[in-house]
Amino acid sequence: MREENSIEARPELPRDRIRRRSRYAAVFAILTAAFCIIVVWNVNTGNVQISVGQILKILFGGAEEGVESNIIWKIRLPRIFMAAILGGALSLSGFLLQTFFGNPIAGPFVLGISSGAKMVVALTMIYFLKISSSVSSYALIFAAFIGSLISIGFILLVSKRIKHMATLLVAGIMIGYICSAVTDFIVTFAEDSDIVNLHGWSLGSFSGMSWSNVSVSVMIVGITLFLTILMSKPIGAYQLGEAYAQSMGVNIKRFRIALILLSSILSACVTAFAGPISFVGIAVPFLIKRSLNTARPLVVIPATFLGGAVFCMVCDLIARMAFAPMELNISTVTSIFGAPIVIFMMLRQKGGR
Amino acid sequence: MAGSYFQLDHLAVGYRGRPLIEDISLSIEKGEIVALIGPNGAGKSTILKTITRHLAMIDGNVSINDQKLSELSYRSLSTQVAVVLTEQMKPELMTCRDVVATGRYPYTGKLGILSREDEVKVDEAMEAVHAKELESREFNAISDGQRQRILLARAICQEPDTIVLDEPTSFLDVRYKLELLSILRKMAKEKQITVILSLHEIDLAEKLADKVLCVKGDRIFQYGVPEEIFQEETIRELYGIDNGYFDPCFGSIELPRPQGEPEVFVISSCGKGIPVYRRLQKEDIPFGAGILYTNDIDYQLARLLASEVVAEKPFCEIGDDAYEKAVNLIQRCRRVVDAGAEIGSCNRRLKELLTDAERQGKLYRV
Repeated sequence: MREENSIEARPELPRDRIRRRSRYAAVFAILTAAFCIIVVWNVNTGNVQISVGQILKILFGGAEEGVESNIIWKIRLPRIFMAAILGGALSLSGFLLQTFFGNPIAGPFVLGISSGAKMVVALTMIYFLKISSSVSSYALIFAAFIGSLISIGFILLVSKRIKHMATLLVAGIMIGYICSAVTDFIVTFAEDSDIVNLHGWSLGSFSGMSWSNVSVSVMIVGITLFLTILMSKPIGAYQLGEAYAQSMGVNIKRFRIALILLSSILSACVTAFAGPISFVGIAVPFLIKRSLNTARPLVVIPATFLGGAVFCMVCDLIARMAFAPMELNISTVTSIFGAPIVIFMMLRQKGGR
Repeated sequence: MAGSYFQLDHLAVGYRGRPLIEDISLSIEKGEIVALIGPNGAGKSTILKTITRHLAMIDGNVSINDQKLSELSYRSLSTQVAVVLTEQMKPELMTCRDVVATGRYPYTGKLGILSREDEVKVDEAMEAVHAKELESREFNAISDGQRQRILLARAICQEPDTIVLDEPTSFLDVRYKLELLSILRKMAKEKQITVILSLHEIDLAEKLADKVLCVKGDRIFQYGVPEEIFQEETIRELYGIDNGYFDPCFGSIELPRPQGEPEVFVISSCGKGIPVYRRLQKEDIPFGAGILYTNDIDYQLARLLASEVVAEKPFCEIGDDAYEKAVNLIQRCRRVVDAGAEIGSCNRRLKELLTDAERQGKLYRV
């Protein structure tokens, strides 16, 4: 029986690999389709009803300026794109952290990285608003980046001493609380005029995005995504563990630094623009890996990005529309969908070990 | 320093800059199998980790193929040395074939996509360890023995000149142990791959290795061919055994002999005595054995387990000396056991002993 199989399979690609590739293709096709549908749906949904014909006219027909055209061009479209880009970035950041710590429940939010970024951003905002009326996106991203690195630095110190994964997560959550406490402290003692913007932002939201925000994040996230894809080979080796990766020729020190920097840039970019967003970084990579049935970075990285984009756009749509005209925080929605997935993962992991 | 393929010069190994074992010097030829043996925590893994560069060396030098280890890039080292480590890995959602294929890492392009040729190499490696049928199974779902074979296939796939294995037999049952070691043996001889491994089973080390390195805590106890190393005294001292015995002939270890005056005298030959000795030892009854020719297999074990052994030179008739001793022992013993001794023309005097015992009412036949 076995021999028959191998003789049959020799000349062509084994059936296994064909099956795998068609699975990858199917997942990507579904994600792309979902992406397109959700974009259209998002554009088409809002407090102001605009008909599909009119939308098409506004988008492609070069219709005259007006309220409706402003709503589409200045509010809905940038918001949709930001949700897509930042959602992708957040998921990818989660995937990188999971690889780094070898733990599927690691992510920028649970490890306190988002909170660290939030703290430094809040500080920067208040400080800059005192001396000038606006803060550039780059300054905010840089501040968030510094904040992320501070949190990660703490996590690394802890993880050096304690190898146990659960303890690491507890440490991350504690760091998150400390940073949030500091942020609250700053906010409490700041003048009201300084924190008008801060309040909505610190809870997480995609509202109020501009095209300039979009272009900055496209650039930063785009470059980071590209670099991450280039790193998929060593990431694949690292999945077998540090020692094996090194024996395959990976320079571990450099690789670890690169991984930390990339994931920090990604989560910094998200936090700078949309505030801390929970659970996306854990739930999306998990779902993607399950549906692809592989952890191969070369496939998982783009799929995770795409999946994160879809996930966040859906959540943003719900945040906007569930209790319209009231808007929910994006984290409220991502938690409702993300947290059960994470709990499910933890239960499975216990059973598996 | 030209010469051997793998060379350690006054190497000091340890953790965090503190040396654990110093002054290790040895040379390994291409295609040789070197086994590291020694008690737990003696530093076998530390040495292996140092020569694979997972630990920084503290002093001295390692050279592979006349190149210094410290000057090799990780990449070029990876094409020369592959490893099988003790740490259990749990890669997510990887089939066995995926795991093996990671061995091709040093040879694939920027994105790590396998070429046709790489796929063929993966097939070959899996066949070499008889694991072709595992290829599409998930790595986390297979048994320890299978996992170890897959990891070995991964190392083979890396096409190294040297494979370093840290206690590869730890989780394996006897069958997988034998299988794994025979694969290693074959690889070393056919492909001239140098194998450096640490082993807990000294009996396997004796049978597998060309050279044996005895590691004992702070120093290298001895390095040499198995015939030199596997002496009773060496092994006892290496492992600090004071309550048991090592049999250099078969590489087996024995529990300590029952203490005290012999209560039973066992008459046997040609291996018939072995089950009786073991039985008596388990009951903790001190016994004497005889009259055994020193080339008898019974003699090897009796030497370790019996409190007194009456021996005779091989191929000679039983002399008066030995006979007297045996008679004397029978007198002192409560019982005499005839384990079913084969009696021929040289040792026919055993018959006299048996009749003597019967007359005294002490004889008991198995």
